[in-house]
Amino acid sequence: MGLEERSLAQTGPRPERPHAHADWKQMLGIGIVASILGIAAGLLIDWFPVAASEEAKPIDTLWDVLIIASVPVFVGVSVVVVFSVIKFRMRPGEEELDGPPIHGNTRLEVVWTAIPAILLVGLCTYAFIVLTDVEKAQANTMEVRVVGEQFAWTFYYPGEDGKEIATRELHLPINRPIKFTLQAKDVLHDFWIPAFRMKKDAVPGLDVTYRVTPNRLGEYPIVCAELCGLGHATMRAKAVVTSEAEFTSWLQEAAKPPAPPAGGGGNSGKALFTSNGCSGCHTLADAGSNATVGPNLDKVLADKDEAFIKTSIEDPSAEIADGYSDTMPKDYGQRLGEDGVDALAKYLSEVTKGG
Amino acid sequence: MTARLRAPGLPRAGLFLVLGTLFCAAIIIAAREAYGFETFADGGITAKGQNAILLLSLLIAPLWFLIGLGAFDYWFYWAAGKKERAEDHSGHGATSWKDYFRVNTDHKVIGIQYVVTSFFFMLIGGLLAMLVRAELAAPGSQFVDPNVFNGLFSVHASLMIFLFIIPVFAGLANYVLPLMIGAPDMAFPRLNALSFWMLPIAGIMMTASFLAPGGSFSTGWTAYAPLSTSAPLGQMFFTIGVQFAGASSIATALNFLVTIITMRAPGMSFWRMPLLVWANFSTSLLVVIATPFVAASQFFVLFDYALGFNFFRPEKDGDVLMYQHVFWFYSHPAVYIMMLPGFGIISEILSVKSRKPIFGYRMMAFSLLAIVLLGFTVWAHHMFVSGMQDWIRIPMMVTTAIIAVPTGIKIFSWLATLWKGVLHLDTPMLWALGFLTMFTLGGISGVILAMVPMDIYVSDTYFIVAHIHYVLYGGSLFTIYAGVYYWFPKMTGRMFDERLGKAHFWLTFVSFNATFGPMHLVGVKGMPRRVADYAEEFAGWNLFISLSSFVLGLSTLIFIYNMVSSWRGGPRASANPWRALTLEWQVTSPPPTFNFDRIPTVVGGPYEYGVPGHVHGILEPAEEARPKQAAGASSAEEGV
Repeated sequence: MGLEERSLAQTGPRPERPHAHADWKQMLGIGIVASILGIAAGLLIDWFPVAASEEAKPIDTLWDVLIIASVPVFVGVSVVVVFSVIKFRMRPGEEELDGPPIHGNTRLEVVWTAIPAILLVGLCTYAFIVLTDVEKAQANTMEVRVVGEQFAWTFYYPGEDGKEIATRELHLPINRPIKFTLQAKDVLHDFWIPAFRMKKDAVPGLDVTYRVTPNRLGEYPIVCAELCGLGHATMRAKAVVTSEAEFTSWLQEAAKPPAPPAGGGGNSGKALFTSNGCSGCHTLADAGSNATVGPNLDKVLADKDEAFIKTSIEDPSAEIADGYSDTMPKDYGQRLGEDGVDALAKYLSEVTKGG
Repeated sequence: MTARLRAPGLPRAGLFLVLGTLFCAAIIIAAREAYGFETFADGGITAKGQNAILLLSLLIAPLWFLIGLGAFDYWFYWAAGKKERAEDHSGHGATSWKDYFRVNTDHKVIGIQYVVTSFFFMLIGGLLAMLVRAELAAPGSQFVDPNVFNGLFSVHASLMIFLFIIPVFAGLANYVLPLMIGAPDMAFPRLNALSFWMLPIAGIMMTASFLAPGGSFSTGWTAYAPLSTSAPLGQMFFTIGVQFAGASSIATALNFLVTIITMRAPGMSFWRMPLLVWANFSTSLLVVIATPFVAASQFFVLFDYALGFNFFRPEKDGDVLMYQHVFWFYSHPAVYIMMLPGFGIISEILSVKSRKPIFGYRMMAFSLLAIVLLGFTVWAHHMFVSGMQDWIRIPMMVTTAIIAVPTGIKIFSWLATLWKGVLHLDTPMLWALGFLTMFTLGGISGVILAMVPMDIYVSDTYFIVAHIHYVLYGGSLFTIYAGVYYWFPKMTGRMFDERLGKAHFWLTFVSFNATFGPMHLVGVKGMPRRVADYAEEFAGWNLFISLSSFVLGLSTLIFIYNMVSSWRGGPRASANPWRALTLEWQVTSPPPTFNFDRIPTVVGGPYEYGVPGHVHGILEPAEEARPKQAAGASSAEEGV
């Protein structure tokens, strides 16, 4: 008789396994204690960044509810696994022994199908309520148009007589509902202010909107959350929540200079460099930027004249630095205007001389 | 030399590859001349001409390679009306290691080809992951620029998904499944060989994209338009590589479906099939229905990129969101393509190692089919922040949450299978138990992600990275390890080193949790994913994650060493070291070339451990087997 045949013939009646006895009550007790500890840990951990909008609270509460619902499920599965391993593991002498041939239990199967289904429908209902709550329209909403491009954000505020005011920094008055309208010039971006909890993609060809109500003074980072190319990680900006009065005076200030396309800063070359997002990609010692997405300007412009720099801004495809691809946006000529390009080229040629 | 170049094989394939590339160059040059475009300038070739030749070669030269390899020889004979030698089995079985490097029609050889090839690409993918973690060990730029960084994680994900998890399951099933259902081979052995050989093409293409002008594809494995339609040429190495990997898995899935439906041994009714067969049946349905969608999405990208079409160009009224809808209509079911075969493996192992019938066998099969159906109704949960219409989010949230019910049924049934069993805690069992806990965790974070307001906040953060790795590493990869250890004696005829196997498990289990656990936290704290750089506040955790990931990467070396050294010199394995009932264990290890000397007869359920005198199959034809049918054989039908 070979091994194959022996395996076909199963062992006879099962001997009792007195050690292999798991106490339901003990297991349940340990499970409950572990669940409580797990839930406590889950609620005590400081998960979120600071909450700075009305929407943050219901979302953070939803998270807590999900923790409370989830931990017992994981603890339940783990406790059964651990108990089985401890109680039912094979002892010496049991090598040939089989377990009892239990095939199923209809009542048990119905129960463990029904309970999760009910729990999940319950959670979905609650999530639906939270969603309606955080997305509902409110009176006195201010609209801000947000435009993403590789690799910077521009914000447009409605100004007087229909003229928009463009800025590079997002300022918002406290406790005023905001409706962001997101647009993208080139590829997908995602406008996310973690402190406000909401986010959505900026999609080329579409207007995507969402609403938040900032309710805490301070400065919060703005992040691009959708992979948008080389400079994705550096596509950052700042959201400043101020009082209504401060906001009004800031907006008046921003509206003063010939706003688009120069942005919030002045007209000096250095200001143009930082306010137009150049520093997001290029290293330039004079402007204090050390980004590595695009060519290092201190190096590649060291032996170039003003005319070359001007062409490179207006038509970036004309000559591409070694090791880089043709990804620089092509519309800087339009955005900066002729004077802007001249000023920026002059500045760049000056600060990279002899570099 | 000429003789070698005339006979099918790798030398002829190499020659044909060169010829194919020249063929593409000729077409491009001729077409450019015909339309009056310059191809040659300044004594060299223009950049546009070079790109066009490379692009066409990516599409066509692999087919020349396959022809050179001999993958189509039989069909060419048939098409030319020559005598096609149906009973010629010279391409069957392996006698030396060289036989693994030619077109082989033996499902067992193909199975091993699959497994070894996919583990090779898994090692490359893992190496890329460690480079990603090395760059992220500290804020700021360490040693790669953002272009290379984006390439690293994109190629990592693409290799792991398309060249490791999906094909390694196909490889394991290729080896085991025909044996399990008592078939001498797969239904279409030559198609099976062709399916395999498309894989290395896809893998080499994706890996080689780092050499492409402008760098590798760097848009993530999702390759969202319009970033992908405007990227440098490296993007096409993904777009076209996916076509080969996808064609490979569609052909394999069809092969599995036909094999399972038509080639089961006498007596093997659907309700007597082992759950691994059920799992691969369900997976193959998913593959056949879903994979054409990713092929379509990538062809659209190719047309936009190469021929100036406007499928996804917003400035020409293309629809950017359409890409995501079509892509996810494949790629969400793909998550289950990467899970269901693992569910099958775990069912086999837990039943054998607990010495108990699988609990709720029929519910286990039905829940697989339920997951297949529901899997097609949840794709838009990847798009809650994408700017699609608002109303669709609610039904998608409900279906996404509800898919946890059939998954839960499976987990509870496995727990009930453990209960009161006689648990053999060896290496395959440890991996199975590790899977059970880690996959539960991944499933729970999946339910959290289904809740729309929560998803809006954590989508595209490291929380997603944590979730996907708990599902695909703690889920799929743990089942793959379990399966490889479990069937290693059958495949090689040798036993693996048990102590090394356990060391591998514990080191992986601990470092896996240390790597991906904290990612939940940094994600909720606000660290976006796919970034080469991050804010200072995440520095501490990222360093910890990176160090853990290096340990995780190194733990793989124990596995590789164990497999290689045991295969070369491990103790001989008996036919049935686990005392399992399913048919593959009733033949020698490794099995004979044509699996069974005579087609076996199945007389009972596959998991009747503890049923006195139970027999699953008899290695004799039906008419001889019938009188010997054991008394307890029909208990499967009564008991469930």
